[in-house]
Amino acid sequence: MRYETVIGLEVHVQLTTNTKIFCGCSKDFGQTPNSQTCPVCLGLPGALPVLNQQVVELAIKTGLATNCQIAPRSIFARKNYFYPDLPKGYQISQFELPICEHGWLDIDLENGERKRIGITRAHMEEDAGKLIHGDSPQTAGNSLVDLNRACTPLLEIVSEPDMRSADEAIDYLKKLHQIVVYLGVCDGNLEEGSFRCDANVSVRPYGQEEFGTRAELKNINSFRFIKQAIEYEVERQIDLIEGGGKVIQETRLFDSDTGMTRSMRGKEEAHDYRYFPDPDLVPLVISPEWIEEVRSTLPELPEVKRGRFVEELGLSVYDAGVLAADRALAEYFDACVALGSDAKSCANWIMGEVLRKLKETDTEITDVPITPELLTGLLARIADNTISGKIAKTVFEKMWQKGQTADQIIDAEGLKQVTDTGAIEGLVDEVIAANPAQVAEYLGGKDKLIGFFVGKVMQASQGKANPGMVNQLLKKKLTGN
Amino acid sequence: MTVYDLTLAELRAKLDKREISAVEVTKTYLDRIAATNPALNTFITICNETALAEAQAADQAIAAGKAQALTGLPIAAKDIFNTAGLRTTCASRILDNYVSPYDATAIARIKEQKAVIVGKLNMDEFAMGSSNENSAFGPARNPWNQDLVPGGSSGGSAASVAARQAVASLGTDTGGSIRQPAAHCSVVGLKPTYGRVSRYGVIAYASSLDQVGPVTRDVRDCALMLQAIAGYDPADSTSVNTPVADYQSNLTGDLKGLKIGLPKEYFVEGLDDDVRKAVELAADKYRELGAEIIEVSLPHTSYAVACYYLIATAEASSNLARYDGVRYGLRAENTENLVDMYMQTRAAGFGSEVKRRIMLGTYALSSGYYDAYYLKAQKVRTLIRQDFLNAFESVDALLTPVAPTPAFALGEKVNDPLQMYLSDIYTIPVNLAGTCAMSLPCGFSTDERPIGLQLIGKPFDEATLLRTAHAYEQATDWHKKQANI
Repeated sequence: MRYETVIGLEVHVQLTTNTKIFCGCSKDFGQTPNSQTCPVCLGLPGALPVLNQQVVELAIKTGLATNCQIAPRSIFARKNYFYPDLPKGYQISQFELPICEHGWLDIDLENGERKRIGITRAHMEEDAGKLIHGDSPQTAGNSLVDLNRACTPLLEIVSEPDMRSADEAIDYLKKLHQIVVYLGVCDGNLEEGSFRCDANVSVRPYGQEEFGTRAELKNINSFRFIKQAIEYEVERQIDLIEGGGKVIQETRLFDSDTGMTRSMRGKEEAHDYRYFPDPDLVPLVISPEWIEEVRSTLPELPEVKRGRFVEELGLSVYDAGVLAADRALAEYFDACVALGSDAKSCANWIMGEVLRKLKETDTEITDVPITPELLTGLLARIADNTISGKIAKTVFEKMWQKGQTADQIIDAEGLKQVTDTGAIEGLVDEVIAANPAQVAEYLGGKDKLIGFFVGKVMQASQGKANPGMVNQLLKKKLTGN
Repeated sequence: MTVYDLTLAELRAKLDKREISAVEVTKTYLDRIAATNPALNTFITICNETALAEAQAADQAIAAGKAQALTGLPIAAKDIFNTAGLRTTCASRILDNYVSPYDATAIARIKEQKAVIVGKLNMDEFAMGSSNENSAFGPARNPWNQDLVPGGSSGGSAASVAARQAVASLGTDTGGSIRQPAAHCSVVGLKPTYGRVSRYGVIAYASSLDQVGPVTRDVRDCALMLQAIAGYDPADSTSVNTPVADYQSNLTGDLKGLKIGLPKEYFVEGLDDDVRKAVELAADKYRELGAEIIEVSLPHTSYAVACYYLIATAEASSNLARYDGVRYGLRAENTENLVDMYMQTRAAGFGSEVKRRIMLGTYALSSGYYDAYYLKAQKVRTLIRQDFLNAFESVDALLTPVAPTPAFALGEKVNDPLQMYLSDIYTIPVNLAGTCAMSLPCGFSTDERPIGLQLIGKPFDEATLLRTAHAYEQATDWHKKQANI
């Protein structure tokens, strides 16, 4: 029998606020344990939560960018369970009335078609702390609790079970990742847990409408592992069914060392979270004006940008995709074009020299020493034949090091292209006179030698002679007409 | 007349005229606490040293001409308020020796006025109870008759004021926990409108019902205390940013045109005869004072107790989850694993009434029962609130008994939780409705047990409530009677 895979994803996006969701503590990563805490995030008796408005703004932003409806009234709820990293014995989340609902994202399939993946909801919630299992002689056998991460803001984005393969799941995740990073609502760091994914995976015989029993996969912290985990899980479930067994509803942990998933807890051990509205927080009311205000701050999203690069600027789909993928890079490109750079050559330069140099020097595009103004200045000197493309690369290197304009480098280094016919003629004559044997061969029909002569003249000009003119003059002089 | 017989307002005048110093006042009170607490058990913690230091600071402020309403006045707080550097137990073994690192907003506000905190008061554990018998530190006793309960849960708050161990106290009221003990101890107790006083730093029992309020000797003192603690607090999302009136200047004695409703559902079977008579006499007094008395109906009254015990316990089951032995408070020793540690800690740390309510609440919120219990109770709550809002269309205040009986004997109801729950039958609806109400002395039973009168006001109209109470107090002498201790 053939089986169809059904995947739904729950993504926890850690929001880039300055402070935690329900108190004023900093949410800096990697500080001394329990140094970023207060009565509220420690869950001390009597402490009360106060909602951070910035969290709401970032949630609205994400909701709008993922085509969600923003609820005019949403409610915080308590999710009750005991665990040492959860100081209050409940997590403040949203349950019945989340802030965002009914959204979608389109993904591009291998066959070139687009597929719409539904987003059921996105809701705000607080993160838990961390347990550190003791490894020093004093702490061995103990678990230590670090509550620095407790109460940091998360947006949980829940998809519909619309994906039918691990690849589709990865496409959706990458798209979502790109959007939240683009929006600046998340730093996107998978390893530090800023973007965490749980996958609900089931299989069913092709043609069957009813979903199979699903397993929830947790603890997956890279795109590669997500693919690996889903593929392993699909195979496991099919083997189980084929072997006459039954898939049971359970939570499974992915082990990146073995590439396998293993049972964490079954349905019978599943928590009854006893959700109820949190009486410490009033309903969150969002006015249409607030939504419009946030909408006006939305950047152009990658998909729209890519389309514009192709249609308005004439870039290839591939180039447009590379440039649009990263918001800062796209903005750099846009800035250059706005300053008058030719879109196509600018795209080539950014994707070639700029990206190469960034990688080589481990620099972010936001810290690039060659500003859009400087790059535009350089491209202008190529366009007006002041320098050749080849010399331009030398100029680019020097600009990177010195932070000077192309003109400053060209002047200081005397790199201006020689276009004076007289000067080039002199060099051509010298080269012809110095290489009689090659001249004879050329005249004897070995046309390829023209390259040799051009090379010699360019060498004599230290690369500055206009190569087109050199070629033309050489041909003229060699054949005597 | 001795220093501790003076009201807050009278003591304020003496302090301002330098007839007495805050240190002298504080010493007098600390001596009286030392002398009477063994019998009454009203205090869990007595602040001998910090109180004197605070009194000295108050005297300096008075000397510098910077005295405020509460400067130098000895005030005690229910042990549910977090007090920085002081033990805050909530009358529970699970928080025995817990020292809070911060002050509740209400505490911070009276400290800003340089009030002197003389101690932390006994109460029912986690404010769950109506007799103060559910305290890990033993019951507080009623100063009028030590065989009687002082009421609860703010039993210590009411008894300490009645016993003149503090000039005023702070309590909390979730279902009557200020008003019922105030009635049983013949003092004035006010439960402000939900949102009027910040809950920040008050250990939560039922968050949507809990409200902070004062217990005092008379209505003027009550107005002064409320003035100090009322007002919006950004640290409590449920506190309401609405103007706070000048309560004292509203105590005009003028009741002209005031309409007072008597809810007919409150005067039915189960109401003690002495209580009924005292309240009816109070209604007559109001007529004499020029108020119009009208019968009104609060049709959903009979559902209030059931509704309350679902909502309050549901919230409590979640609020008390944090007492797990991980970060602070009691932790059971020699446990097998994490779950065992949780279970043994909570088994040893909580008293039986707290356990009962956690279980009730957990049940009410459980999957499959939520709609039938918690959700239904929320709907009933809306109807009860609507009852009050409808009544307030035609009257300015409601007049009712505080409790169906005068104070009962210690041990009388401990084995009958339902009977105990019914002692809050007249106070619980007010918390569900979220409005304000107060208890003031209105007489004694034939066997000399205090009886209280409840006045219920419109949401956020504590000014009218206090004015109505004050006029009655001026026309009667009940508040001047003192427990003989």
